[in-house]
Amino acid sequence: MELFIQQLTNGLAIGGIYALIALGYTMVYGVMKLINFAHGDLFSIGAYLGLTLLLSLGLVDKIGVLGGILLLMLMVMGLVGIIGIILERVAYRPLRKADRLSAVVSALGASIFFANSLMLIYGAKFRVYPHNILPKMAVDILGMKIPLIRILLLLASFILMTALYLFVQKTKTGTAIRAAAIDQGAAKLMGINVNKIISIVFFIGPALGGAAGIMVGLYYGQINFLMGWLYGLKAFIAAVIGGIGNIPGAMLGGIILGVVESLGAAYVSFAWKDAIAFLVLIIILIVRPTGILGERVAEKV
Amino acid sequence: MLRIENLHVSYGNVEALHGINLEVKEGEIVTLLGANGAGKSTTLNTISGLLKPTKGTIYFKDVEISKLEAHEIVSLGIAQVPEGRRVFSTLTVQENLNLGAFTVLDEKTIQKNLEWIFSLFPRLKERRKQLAGTLSGGEQQMLAIARGLMANPKILLLDEPSLGLAPILVKSIFATIKEINESGVTVLLVEQNARAALKLAHRGYVIEVGNIVLADSSENLLSNPEVRKAYLGG
Ligand SMILES: Nc1ncnc2c1ncn2[C@@H]1O[C@H](COP(=O)(O)OP(=O)(O)OP(=O)(O)O)[C@@H](O)[C@H]1O
Ligand SMILES: [Mg+2]
Repeated sequence: MELFIQQLTNGLAIGGIYALIALGYTMVYGVMKLINFAHGDLFSIGAYLGLTLLLSLGLVDKIGVLGGILLLMLMVMGLVGIIGIILERVAYRPLRKADRLSAVVSALGASIFFANSLMLIYGAKFRVYPHNILPKMAVDILGMKIPLIRILLLLASFILMTALYLFVQKTKTGTAIRAAAIDQGAAKLMGINVNKIISIVFFIGPALGGAAGIMVGLYYGQINFLMGWLYGLKAFIAAVIGGIGNIPGAMLGGIILGVVESLGAAYVSFAWKDAIAFLVLIIILIVRPTGILGERVAEKV
Repeated sequence: MLRIENLHVSYGNVEALHGINLEVKEGEIVTLLGANGAGKSTTLNTISGLLKPTKGTIYFKDVEISKLEAHEIVSLGIAQVPEGRRVFSTLTVQENLNLGAFTVLDEKTIQKNLEWIFSLFPRLKERRKQLAGTLSGGEQQMLAIARGLMANPKILLLDEPSLGLAPILVKSIFATIKEINESGVTVLLVEQNARAALKLAHRGYVIEVGNIVLADSSENLLSNPEVRKAYLGG
């Protein structure tokens, strides 16, 4: 039981991270029918920017642990969001009318560019987050000691996802995003500036990915310039599992993947942890080709 | 109010409009008639800014709009109800209507328009919370028109509103279009149902493979032998 709860909470925490990254894939796909293959690298950039700001600004010393980390996260989200907007302008907008393959190639190019920039700036070795920022406390829940950081992580992804959900469901801009995802031409006829919507989506998605990056840094303590690759792939799988283009689907897919992977690692085999993600994907795609909450079949990339 | 001069529009290398001229005066209902593929939707989409002309100009109240973006054109007061309705099917009726009012910033105007369209289409009021995709075809057409009106337009472009509707519904939709026009909205109506459209409209244009071939008052078009033969079934 203890093992189960530990793995479950761990899975939820990781699942929350997958979900945050998956949202970036799914929102961009929803509006542009494009897989932003550079998204995983934006997540890495978030992790590195978080580290740099953490070390250079000393916010944690100045305004306390929680406030410092919160502020740090907001800064990283803002910065990665801006990089996302620039990415769309430079790598995707000029290819809007070109065929799909050009955009895919451009996305892969952007991915390589980001990963290598990180390597040149920060080096190819693992970098470590200072491990004394968050107190190594554990919270006692029903006699089980759950690490505080895990609970904070869960809380952070929950808050971010709730905020996103409310934004998309309840605000005028959020409704416009949903409209543009359904029918861009009709959205334009409503007077919606679809280019602006695309920029907003390319801010929000990367911002959430950047937040996930800093969360991984804090949770695992070490980061690497290629980590965006595996996380990006897993999160992409999560988005497909949930139904690509569908926002609640990405959240659900991320959580499912995190939990299954974490439980699988404990009860089946740790070595097969990554393979389990693909297994889940294959099973779900056989049962429901559109993903759990997806309505339309994904067009070819 | 709306003036189109020598408009050429192409899809890739294929020209779909070969220099058309068309005018709609304030307060009018003007209909644009033509067979499948004649270029009716192309004309409306170019007015709305979804397509860019290769040559020619479109003026709205003497301001050139042919270089503006689609969303700017809506803000000027030109709303389109597109062919095939294109309601946002996974959004609610209310959300569709809110989107129609996207460019309207004054909350009072939005409320006033909402009451007006609910009086035009009481059915929509009942179904406000329902997803648009679950409405019947006729109700979706009502929603598409209502959504267009929520933009508070000075001119409404309607692309085949009668398409796929039962004759009784067509009658009622056309009666509503008349009512909309009488409330001060200018209308450019694209139709294949020539008889109904000409009965409603003040003037009409006939378009054939990208050229305007006839332009006249509705009465004259209704009695024109060529029109009778080609569009009114003899
Ligand atoms: N997206 C497109 N790409 C290429 N050609 C197009 C496209 N849309 C329309 N066309 C062509 O342009 C011409 C005019 O089409 P348009 O849709 O304007 O006709 P229409 O008069 O609205 O016909 P309908 O009554 O069938 O709606 C047709 O020959 C059509 O094949
Ligand atoms: Mg048409």
